Amino acid sequence: MIGLLGYAAFFLTIALSYAVMCLGLNLQWGFAGLFNVGVAGFVGVGAYAAALITAAPVAGRVGGFGLPIVAGWAGAMVASGLVAAVVGAITLRLRADYLAITTFGAATSLQLVALNAQGLTGGPFGIAFIPRPFGALAPHPLAFGLANLALVAVVTAGAYWLIARLTHGPWGRVLRALREDETAAVALGKPAARYRLQAFVIGCALMGLAGAMQAQFFGFIAPDNYLPTLTFQVWVMLILGGAGNHRGAVAGAVMVWALWAFSGSLFAVLLPPGLEARGAALRIVAIGVVLAVVLLLRPRGLIGERATVSRHLRA
Amino acid sequence: MIGQILVDGVTSGAMIGLGAIGLTLVYAILRFANFAHGEFASWGAYFTLLIATALAAAFGTGAPIGPLSFGWPVLMALPLGMVLTGGLALALDRVLFRPLRRHGAEIVLVIASFGASLSLRAALEFIFTDRPQYFSHGIAIALPIGLGLRATADQIGLLGAAIVLMGVMHAVMTRTRLGRAMRATSENPDLARLAGIDVAAVVRATWLIGGALAAAAGVFLGITVQIRPDMGFDLLLPLFAAAILGGIGSVPGALLGGLIIGLAEALAVPLVGAQYRAAVSFVILLAVLLVRPRGLFGVGRE
Repeated sequence: MIGLLGYAAFFLTIALSYAVMCLGLNLQWGFAGLFNVGVAGFVGVGAYAAALITAAPVAGRVGGFGLPIVAGWAGAMVASGLVAAVVGAITLRLRADYLAITTFGAATSLQLVALNAQGLTGGPFGIAFIPRPFGALAPHPLAFGLANLALVAVVTAGAYWLIARLTHGPWGRVLRALREDETAAVALGKPAARYRLQAFVIGCALMGLAGAMQAQFFGFIAPDNYLPTLTFQVWVMLILGGAGNHRGAVAGAVMVWALWAFSGSLFAVLLPPGLEARGAALRIVAIGVVLAVVLLLRPRGLIGERATVSRHLRA
Repeated sequence: MIGQILVDGVTSGAMIGLGAIGLTLVYAILRFANFAHGEFASWGAYFTLLIATALAAAFGTGAPIGPLSFGWPVLMALPLGMVLTGGLALALDRVLFRPLRRHGAEIVLVIASFGASLSLRAALEFIFTDRPQYFSHGIAIALPIGLGLRATADQIGLLGAAIVLMGVMHAVMTRTRLGRAMRATSENPDLARLAGIDVAAVVRATWLIGGALAAAAGVFLGITVQIRPDMGFDLLLPLFAAAILGGIGSVPGALLGGLIIGLAEALAVPLVGAQYRAAVSFVILLAVLLVRPRGLFGVGRE
């Protein structure tokens, strides 16, 4: 029973950190119509920034400032937001799918840096001994798990509140107007590029925060955590849950993470030893098929965006 | 030294150019960035490898031809692999992209193609595992080609084959009815339809040609380097950079873009190290988007 509770806390902690990424992507795609195929890169920047700020110094590597965890999380948001501002400033004025290609390229290049810039990122072995929140509770796994879950839940709720406030207000209305009819919105005097850039930077900052939370929860990061598969997972979460709806984004994150974790355990039990790598590959094929089926049969996701109808048209 | 870099850059640039042709045509005619295009190169290489292995098993081992590292089974298997990959591209369009096009939202196609790309790659990993495979275990010896330069017979042969394919492609685009129909559709699909062009047939031809050329690029890459499930995915960024640098929709642009990317990668390796090779296309891509977003031969459509 205790073990089950502990696992549930562990599972939900990870799922909610994905929910924060998903909320960031929902702001970008669901509201601003921005196409970010580099989610993994921005999550990774946040994770490495938090690790460098909070971990203890190590000989031969930059950073390790040993600062408090809060500083690490703030730094993660700033770092991811800055990278997003550079990428966005170059591409957001061009056609929509150039952003997709550029973010993909940015994520690939950032992964190369994580893998090869040994003096900054620790290279292929990554960074270990990142301080964990409530580290003093570590001898009591259940208390440790629940405390971390509570922390991540508070951060998720805060991110949810922030995004909901932003998108329900005038700022969010402009974003949706730009997505639906850019010419009309620009004719009303809305600076399209500035709004898009703001949405892109805020979304990426949330991804960086999620990366920092994961890094600090596991206490260890490596370049392999930030492969395109991560980007793909977050997209499936958002599309399945329903883009344009924050509850959908959170629900999608929990559901897809449950499916992912469950299918992993299932393959581990069913497949004979030596076939684990093939099982992992099969899992990606399966989740790709799920994405295609959702896009084809239920393009609005399980909980889609609520239709906005003018009160003059409502009967 | 610099001459040797040029030789390597030109051969790898020719392969990037071949792959980028299909990407740029699909981009222009169907108006979406197809992230699954690199997978056609991987699948083409594995299709060809399977057929070549079967041929060698059925008709006795094909000894290497002359100074080349591979034998006739690979040569015979290449056209078949190209056709099969064209069929794979068509099938993907039929089950995924065509139904989504009916819904209207073009940008959803991009995420669908990203998902298709990961699934296709993972499927190869499931079937063949991620262990590298080779068309032949022969060692390609670099021969002097004058001016103090050396190139392997494979490099010279493949460059020749790539030039032939590009020439055929150029003739198709400029001299045939199909080529004119493709160019018209990429300019303006509605007008093309009004002018009596069978747009559905143009779309099918685009996928067939794009898939087949990507397969050729994959096989050439497989001969000169190795065959891995990730090979096409790793090729994707250079392909996009080449297509955008050349100007979306331009076949000569894609070839020139591919050459420039190939040369830039080869030139950058001694400076930044081989491990950052993949980032070179990203830097070029950013520079093009900053300075001339429509590319070298693109038409401004913004």
